[in-house]
Amino acid sequence: MRRWIVLVVLLVVLVGLTVWTTSAGDIGIFHAFTYADIVTHAKDHLIMVFWAVLIAVLIGVPLGTLVTRPGLDRASPLVLGGANVGQSIPSLAIIAIMATLPFGLVFFDFGFNRETAIVALIIYGLLPIVRNSYASMRNINPAVIESARGMGMTRWQIIRKIELPLAIPIIMTGIRVSTVVTVGTAELAVLVGGKGLGTITFTGVFAREVLLIIQGAAPTAFLAVSLGVILESIEKWITPRGLKIKARNI
Amino acid sequence: MIKLEKVTKVYADGTKAVNEMSFEVNQGELCVFLGPSGCGKTTTMKMINRLIPITSGKIYIDGVDNTRMNDSELRRNIGYAIQEIGLFTHMTVGQNIETVPVLKGWSKSRRRERAEELLELVRMKPSEFIDKYPNELSGGQRQRVGVARALGADPPILLMDEPFGAIDPINRVELQSEFLKIQQKIRKTIIFVTHDIYEAIKMGDRIALMKDGELVQYDTPANLLYRPKDAFVEGFVGADRALKGLQLLRVKEVMTATYAAVNMKDNAAVVRERMEKEGIDWMPVMDNNGRFMGGISISSLIGGRAGTVKDVLSPSEATSDVNAVLNEALSLMLSSGLKTLPIVDENNRLEGILTFDAIQEALHEAVKTGGTK
Repeated sequence: MRRWIVLVVLLVVLVGLTVWTTSAGDIGIFHAFTYADIVTHAKDHLIMVFWAVLIAVLIGVPLGTLVTRPGLDRASPLVLGGANVGQSIPSLAIIAIMATLPFGLVFFDFGFNRETAIVALIIYGLLPIVRNSYASMRNINPAVIESARGMGMTRWQIIRKIELPLAIPIIMTGIRVSTVVTVGTAELAVLVGGKGLGTITFTGVFAREVLLIIQGAAPTAFLAVSLGVILESIEKWITPRGLKIKARNI
Repeated sequence: MIKLEKVTKVYADGTKAVNEMSFEVNQGELCVFLGPSGCGKTTTMKMINRLIPITSGKIYIDGVDNTRMNDSELRRNIGYAIQEIGLFTHMTVGQNIETVPVLKGWSKSRRRERAEELLELVRMKPSEFIDKYPNELSGGQRQRVGVARALGADPPILLMDEPFGAIDPINRVELQSEFLKIQQKIRKTIIFVTHDIYEAIKMGDRIALMKDGELVQYDTPANLLYRPKDAFVEGFVGADRALKGLQLLRVKEVMTATYAAVNMKDNAAVVRERMEKEGIDWMPVMDNNGRFMGGISISSLIGGRAGTVKDVLSPSEATSDVNAVLNEALSLMLSSGLKTLPIVDENNRLEGILTFDAIQEALHEAVKTGGTK
């Protein structure tokens, strides 16, 4: 309950900051962005986050699962290490590198556009998803898998009916963490032509106007916090009921 | 039903886990794979449903080479229960039991009916448990669900890898007895892996004793105890093998069914005279309907009080029934201090008496002849 109060207060403060900066009208020699501007940029922001996380999930979950399979588990240090590197490079650097790649890939033309930003965000958001998928699959009691095999489930049936339902809560946590991080990182997208709420923030940065920075940062934080809350509810809802019950001591 | 022919397992690193094992398990029998850890018992079991691929040799199930069947198809017709149980915690008890029926495409109503029937069989109230989750159950209950799940689609064969191994000793004994009763009803062909000699003797129709991947002796529990093939078997069954044999005998095989008894209304002095003359120091007492009322000992008659037996008899103490296992009956005699244990039926009618002498003789006989079960 206390948690909810804190959350609500936080969201109210963020909305308040947004309203306050927007109603300021003129900020130094600049005009403050209008509500319409904020909505447009927030939309762009969300679209980038949506595609980045969606693609990161589509890559990350199968990848994390795949390297828990016998035979492929030797590749797990490579994959986890790779995802780690992806996240440990400063996000600004990833975005900058992406934008300045002098060549187009076969089916993808890098340059100053939203797609470039999304690719950078995918690389950056992959780690929590891969790591959690891997860990959740690895941590399933081997006896459960053995029973499933012993009863005649095929490999695919075991993944679909046993492993995924058991792993889903932890995978969902990974997706949530990745989403929240990506909302923040997407602020930088504007630097490679990706627009989003970063447009407001960086206008403020370059103009050295704190109010403008706040006008961009507050809605971003609002998005991150509320997406986190929404995904957490989905996580709870999607967790099989039997897993919410604590085991009795035997 | 299950036939192993020179079954051999060599692992990739060169370890020979099982070496040319050959024997046959008859239909409806419970065959125990027994041996110290690392003897190859679990490996052998898992080659039957091909969880572990065979290196060489053949395993026939109902005459069919098990490598000729599709993996999943083969396993869906062989029940499987393991020590760690491995219940699916995200599914209800009912859904767990219905696992194989679902795989086999049974209709919803048929599956549900089967799950209820099986819960009934393992003595768990369906209405109470079918919608519970595994995490809400006690260890013993989980174990029961594990057994019920293995029986899900009514497979003719059951593989059980130390199924009661994770349970505390008291509950284990109870589960064993219950499972034996269930087996009386269902008569499956069962492979039961254990390293516990007591469990093996109690559960097995036949025991395959293994060591270092070799089959040392494949025999009835009695023969294993009384006709050990070599020093290893003798050592494994232990120096107290005669005592372990008590588990194999039932009261009805050992008790004396003809015995002298007296009526409650008999004259005490007459009875004393008869006991002295025949040298008996204890006699059961019955009422007019043949019901067991208690016993009289010669010492209680000395003193020569007049009157009927009724006045001196010590009322019904410990009794046992014909189906009791001998070690239980003996334990009762030792704890109650009775030299003669009255054996009664459910109506308390005397069926016979059990004495230390008779037990000793029976054990001696069993050791001499190799025993019977």
